[in-house]
Amino acid sequence: MAAAAFYDLDGTLCRTNLVHAFAYNARNQQGLVRSVTRTLSTLVSIPGFLAADLFDRRLFNEIFFRRYKGESEDRLRYLAEELFDKVVKPSIYPGAYQLVEKSRQLGLRQVLVTGAIDFTAAPLVRHLGLDDMVTNHLEFVDGKATGRLLPPVMAAATKASWIRVYAEKEGLNLSECYSYSDSMSDLPMLSMVGHPTAVNPDFRLKNTARQHDWPILDLR
Amino acid sequence: MSKREIKALRGPLPRHKEGDEVVYIDNDSAPRLIFSGEDILAEDLPIGTRVVYAKPPIEGLNNRGAAIRYAINHPLEADPLYAQLAPGMRVTIALDDISLPLPPMRTPDIRQTILEILLELLDANGVDDIHLLIANSLHRRMTEGEMKRMVGKKIFDAFFPDRYYNLDSEDADAFVHLGKTAQGEPVNISRRAVESDLTIYVNVTLVPMDGGHKSVAVGLCDYESVRVHHEPDTLLACDSMMDPPRSMLSTKIDRQGAIVDQHMKVFHIETALNNRMFANPTAFLGKNEDEFSEFDRMKYEALRFGLSKLPAGAKRKIFGAIPSEYELVACYAGKTEPVHARILAKLYDQYMVSIRGQSDIVIFPIPYVMPYSINSIMNPILVQVMGLGYFFHFYRGKPVLRKGGALILCHPCYDEFDPKFHPSYIEFFNRLLPETRDAHKLQHKYEEEFAKNPSYIEMYRRGNAYHGAHPFFMWYWGEPGRQYAGKVIVAGATNAHVPERLGWERAESLTLAIAMARGFVGPSASITLMKWPPIVMADVE
Repeated sequence: MAAAAFYDLDGTLCRTNLVHAFAYNARNQQGLVRSVTRTLSTLVSIPGFLAADLFDRRLFNEIFFRRYKGESEDRLRYLAEELFDKVVKPSIYPGAYQLVEKSRQLGLRQVLVTGAIDFTAAPLVRHLGLDDMVTNHLEFVDGKATGRLLPPVMAAATKASWIRVYAEKEGLNLSECYSYSDSMSDLPMLSMVGHPTAVNPDFRLKNTARQHDWPILDLR
Repeated sequence: MSKREIKALRGPLPRHKEGDEVVYIDNDSAPRLIFSGEDILAEDLPIGTRVVYAKPPIEGLNNRGAAIRYAINHPLEADPLYAQLAPGMRVTIALDDISLPLPPMRTPDIRQTILEILLELLDANGVDDIHLLIANSLHRRMTEGEMKRMVGKKIFDAFFPDRYYNLDSEDADAFVHLGKTAQGEPVNISRRAVESDLTIYVNVTLVPMDGGHKSVAVGLCDYESVRVHHEPDTLLACDSMMDPPRSMLSTKIDRQGAIVDQHMKVFHIETALNNRMFANPTAFLGKNEDEFSEFDRMKYEALRFGLSKLPAGAKRKIFGAIPSEYELVACYAGKTEPVHARILAKLYDQYMVSIRGQSDIVIFPIPYVMPYSINSIMNPILVQVMGLGYFFHFYRGKPVLRKGGALILCHPCYDEFDPKFHPSYIEFFNRLLPETRDAHKLQHKYEEEFAKNPSYIEMYRRGNAYHGAHPFFMWYWGEPGRQYAGKVIVAGATNAHVPERLGWERAESLTLAIAMARGFVGPSASITLMKWPPIVMADVE
């Protein structure tokens, strides 16, 4: 039976996170004043984002993606490639390439499961040669972002649900699958496969991984 | 009349000895000090128990620098090293890793002394393309601190990290396939070493199964080359691993070594150390307890009291901080085989003790350290390999234990693992052993899964983890002892589930373990205690 390796993105395969992507967009607004205002307001919001993330990843998503409200879809897509080249690509951990390569050699399907938005993740998927991805999608009305995410919102337990459905559809044996994440919020995704690995874990995940005897990997 | 005269009148002393190293317990014998992990127990053994001690250390060479210089200037079946050097040539110096010697020796490590001499010689001959390569094969990468300690600050600062590094056996591009033996065993060796004009191997041979061709052919190879001899059938065909002519492991490695010699120019420097593991204030640990002075007894009581107040981790730290006092007793250089033969002879001089006959019950104290637990934890799989793998094989001729006899291991058997150094061991112990202890089944069903697990590979390459296949090798190494012993009892285990999972019985104390063993082999069973550390091997007549 086939198997797959499921990767979280931010903090796992690369150093960047959702805020980096948004900050890049904020910095590259049309007009200096707008750029400065957006950047400053993003900086000011960071403690709030951190607090929300500590409390609940879904709450974080709700608050965070509101900031995209009014952004043009064309512009976000246009900036995505640039964002990848200038921000995301240099931040990919060297070990991530080796991990994906060794995993591919095992014949595992390579799947990205991330809370990042689709156009941000797509260049990375192409770059690493991953086979599949599931991401979040911003809602656009008349070409403008509404600040909401289209359901299902990829975070915490939703990632695990998606993996279960995906495995059924693709005929994967979950007990032979691998998953990699850096965050405690991905505990459901890690718990449901036979080979979970905590990658560059935060304190809570590191402790949990130790309690469950999971490997702890440092790709940094 | 003096006490001595009274004793003389009684006739010969009942104490029975065979030389200084073999002592029989009598009704007035002192309790024996027995290592059990990080504790040292004082145990009264049944009368008639044979206790085998290590030989006293061979006197170390007064000037080890001179001995090393002599060896490289008067090599065996090779030109002197200086005559093999030319300006601009590429040289790789491969070094044994931290698994040898045990415990790590007082600085300067013998490797540092050899390197200082070699680097001076290479520099004088215009050789500057030099890499120092740690031949760790599938062992964990040494940490920066360990690497620095091994070669000294000056060499470390000059070479680390670009020219002093660990072997990465998972970097396919860094290996060259040299060919296969006639029996089909592949030989893949570090590219840097193969493409060097000269590879110098600096070897610390602690026990007879080390050194020789095992240095380059195993130390600098990859998983595919190791797995052909680190497997159950090869290890079961060793009688013993410490007796190379009767070891299938050595036979296979020598075959690979012959291929290495066809493709590479290797200058082998091999050293033998004495067994001065303990020096003051712990020198009493290497003595016969009947000869303890009052001061020795006081030191033991103080040590026992101190250890009893500390948690296991703190005790490990204390023991880990005490370096061994090994001294160089031999150094030879030149062609691999003749060099190794001389070193083997020296090791046998130091370690081999002749004993008459096998025993029905044999006691192995398992100490706090083994090759793969340095700066780490002796987990259950390592306890297993120490007892049933290494110690079981410390013989020449016949095992100390008779076939089907009872083997008693002394160790607390903590269910404790080091997630940084031994991550794959954790899964091996918790997931695989509950399913099977059959070495062949484990090999065929799971070894490759672990060896190719991307997480374990990256932890080996980027962290300090042993390779994913390493716990399997450890299990296979224990297979000869497992199949040979009729029963294994672990004395002093602090829990029931670890011995059970390893397939052993548990006893609260050594006394109880001996009673259980007698129940198995008979009440008149003969008993032998192999009193290590320091290392002692038995030549069983």
